[in-house]
Amino acid sequence: MAGSRRPIRRPPVPGLLALALVLLVTLGALAAVALRAEGIGSLSRSDWLAVRFTLLQATLSAVLSVALAIPVARALARRRFAGRRALVTLLGAPFVLPVIVAVLGLISVFGQNGLVSRALGLFGLPPLSIYGLHGVVLAHVFFNLPLATRLILQGWLAIPAERFRLAASLGFGPGDVARILERPMLRQVVPGAFLVIFLLCLTSFAVALTLGGGPRATTVELAIYQAFRFDFDLSRAALLALVQVLVAGSIALVALRLTPPDGIGAGLDRVVTRWDSTGPWSIALDAAAIALAGAFLLVPLAMIVLKGVAGLGSLPASVFLAAGRSLAVALASMALTLALALPLAAWVVRGRARLVDALGTMSIALSPLVIGTGLFILLFPLVDPARVALPVTALVNAVMSLPFALRALVPALGAVEAAFGPLADGLGMNGFARLRLLWLPRLRRPLGFVAGLSAALSVGDLGVVTLFASPEGGTLPLALYRLMGAYRMDDAAAAALLLLICSLAVFWVFDRGGRVDADS
Amino acid sequence: MKTLTIAAGITLAAGAAVAETPVLTVYTYDSFVSDWGPGPAVEAAFEKTCGCDLKFVAVGDGAELLSRLRLEGARTEADVALGLDSNLMAAAAETGLFAPAGIDIPKLDLPIDWTDSTFLPFDWGWFAFVYDKTKVTDVPKSLDDLATSDHSIVIEDPRSSTPGLGLALWMQAVYGDGATEAWAKLNKRIVTVTKGWSEAYGMFLDGEADMVLSYTTSPAYHLIAENDDSKGALAFDEGNYMQIEVAAKLAGTDQPELADKFLAFMLSDEFQSIIPTTNWMYPAKVPASGLPEGFETLTKPAKSIIFLGDEAEKMRKAALEAWLAAAGR
Repeated sequence: MAGSRRPIRRPPVPGLLALALVLLVTLGALAAVALRAEGIGSLSRSDWLAVRFTLLQATLSAVLSVALAIPVARALARRRFAGRRALVTLLGAPFVLPVIVAVLGLISVFGQNGLVSRALGLFGLPPLSIYGLHGVVLAHVFFNLPLATRLILQGWLAIPAERFRLAASLGFGPGDVARILERPMLRQVVPGAFLVIFLLCLTSFAVALTLGGGPRATTVELAIYQAFRFDFDLSRAALLALVQVLVAGSIALVALRLTPPDGIGAGLDRVVTRWDSTGPWSIALDAAAIALAGAFLLVPLAMIVLKGVAGLGSLPASVFLAAGRSLAVALASMALTLALALPLAAWVVRGRARLVDALGTMSIALSPLVIGTGLFILLFPLVDPARVALPVTALVNAVMSLPFALRALVPALGAVEAAFGPLADGLGMNGFARLRLLWLPRLRRPLGFVAGLSAALSVGDLGVVTLFASPEGGTLPLALYRLMGAYRMDDAAAAALLLLICSLAVFWVFDRGGRVDADS
Repeated sequence: MKTLTIAAGITLAAGAAVAETPVLTVYTYDSFVSDWGPGPAVEAAFEKTCGCDLKFVAVGDGAELLSRLRLEGARTEADVALGLDSNLMAAAAETGLFAPAGIDIPKLDLPIDWTDSTFLPFDWGWFAFVYDKTKVTDVPKSLDDLATSDHSIVIEDPRSSTPGLGLALWMQAVYGDGATEAWAKLNKRIVTVTKGWSEAYGMFLDGEADMVLSYTTSPAYHLIAENDDSKGALAFDEGNYMQIEVAAKLAGTDQPELADKFLAFMLSDEFQSIIPTTNWMYPAKVPASGLPEGFETLTKPAKSIIFLGDEAEKMRKAALEAWLAAAGR
């Protein structure tokens, strides 16, 4: 059992290097902004209102995303049906879409002139009003339900098949399975899933504003943007970013403290048929969960596809070049993510370094604007920012993917270490040998997921490239925004579809390696 | 970090190689330099005569452009800043980063007199609510009319978008101390507030609202580029608020003559004739060839409203407060 082994004492060098780089990009950038500011700013009443609204919407969004993801993940874990593999990949799509595309997709379904409102109109009913706190939460659930589902699904698939077989032979009903096998797993996975989604929603800006219906839906990130762009008040921007960091840090520590150490033990690593939950009621429940989640997530995507497909052939070549650059950045970002995440996960698991986990996780909660500006301040005296636009974008995207990577890798590595750690220790298998012979083969599934996710996220992210890019050197999301800015909404819709295809393709390619045994 | 070091090395090497031709660095907003903006044509035309390398650096929008220059301070590489918003001229002047242009300013075709010799206009437009003529037939004639109509509108946030700030200043100019009241009434018509123009315009085209806050020149895009004359813009009796986009030479430029040459070129027919169908704004000085066909169909407000200089700076704060106060109700 994991609990009986002593943690390693000295922090590992690769882990230290990874953490140093992460902290440089996040807190270093924040410090650069703070130091560049003249004097110490103060927060106004409206800033505190923004903090309150941010916390409210982030909490609601995270709770709902995770609560809804549990039945969906359970259904996907225990049912086998045609198209399941494609569905699991497609469900990842909303998460990697650029905000503007996803919002327009959602509005085409839930807006005043959306599918739902038009259907209601057929029955003489008034149109749906999506704008308000509920709209913000709806959009955030749309973005994050897939992530929560995937994280929880990984947890389900990590329950050794032998447990279910044993449960079946002991005559367990669904209730017993839930109590003995599933709930302990959920206790382990859910706090982490809640945490990353909460942190993601903490920096929401355009989604919250557009669907929140106006200034009452002002988030901290918008206040930061206002401080930069409207008031040029760097000290207030830095102060607001510090509030984000403190909130994120405390939530991260609480959530990770609530996560019990891995005690489930290991099995023989195979997914087998389930003998429980074959009753008609539970089958109907699972079918409903999958159908509802599928419709909720896929119909807006279908609208994006429909809008974009006509213009795909006539997109200018420069958009495809931008797509190529985006893919190159995505691959670099993916490699960096793995290079950062694996040493950090190893440090977290073997050193019981919860603080390291919290630091690596909360990077996502730091304002992208502050990070971009901070890095700009740091790099501007040294190099022409346009020349390092793509490497910096890849680095920042990697750091931003780190929280998801850690959430997928830490529990998985914990399980591997619990099962095989003592044996590996006994064999004196350390360093590179342990990585090559134990971790890489055992972590294939989460590593594939992390690689796919970080690459896909990088394709879709506008990120810091706007602060650095030269006119000729933009990425695909930047090209999309430029098309919209030039009134070319049809071309932009086609570019959005191209982006969706690129994101899904990289996600599918890398995740596939990890999912091979999820479908057996 | 190795990539950064390598990149730094490449930068130095590349810098040495092109040192013979003078480089004029122009900071501008992002949509100016996109393939569909004026940037590529402007660059080609200027480089034909200047014997220089014109390098554009794209920075968000007009307001972010100023923030970026303040961030870089005196160390900036920029020789010219192109695309500052007229509402930010006082703030820009206050930074001391800009120097008066060393050129004779030709007579401009603006609805107002232009006196500033540091910030030179290159294009302008009226903010207006744009609508679909096939859907809206009873067109509002004033802001009051709009507030009491049953049309839905989508606007941009004044804190994050130039048109949004334009509307806030428009309301402030028309209603003064009563702006909060007026906003409270107008808010009933507002479907939502977006971060930027693109989201709002996209939502309007998708039918999410009857009208969108944009420019009187927006219908020209649909007419000229898409052969679609269904879009119209509203001129209000009290006048429409104007936006003037300006450019200025940086005080710390190492290419002062080239920068002046560029500013003179900016007001020449060649540059000005590129503007209407790429930036979809009115040229600051109408070229000899006139405006492109289709522009004559555009709505022209009888009155123009604009705050300039310190007044704009003062009104900016009041306008934002009025808007926020109305939303808090």
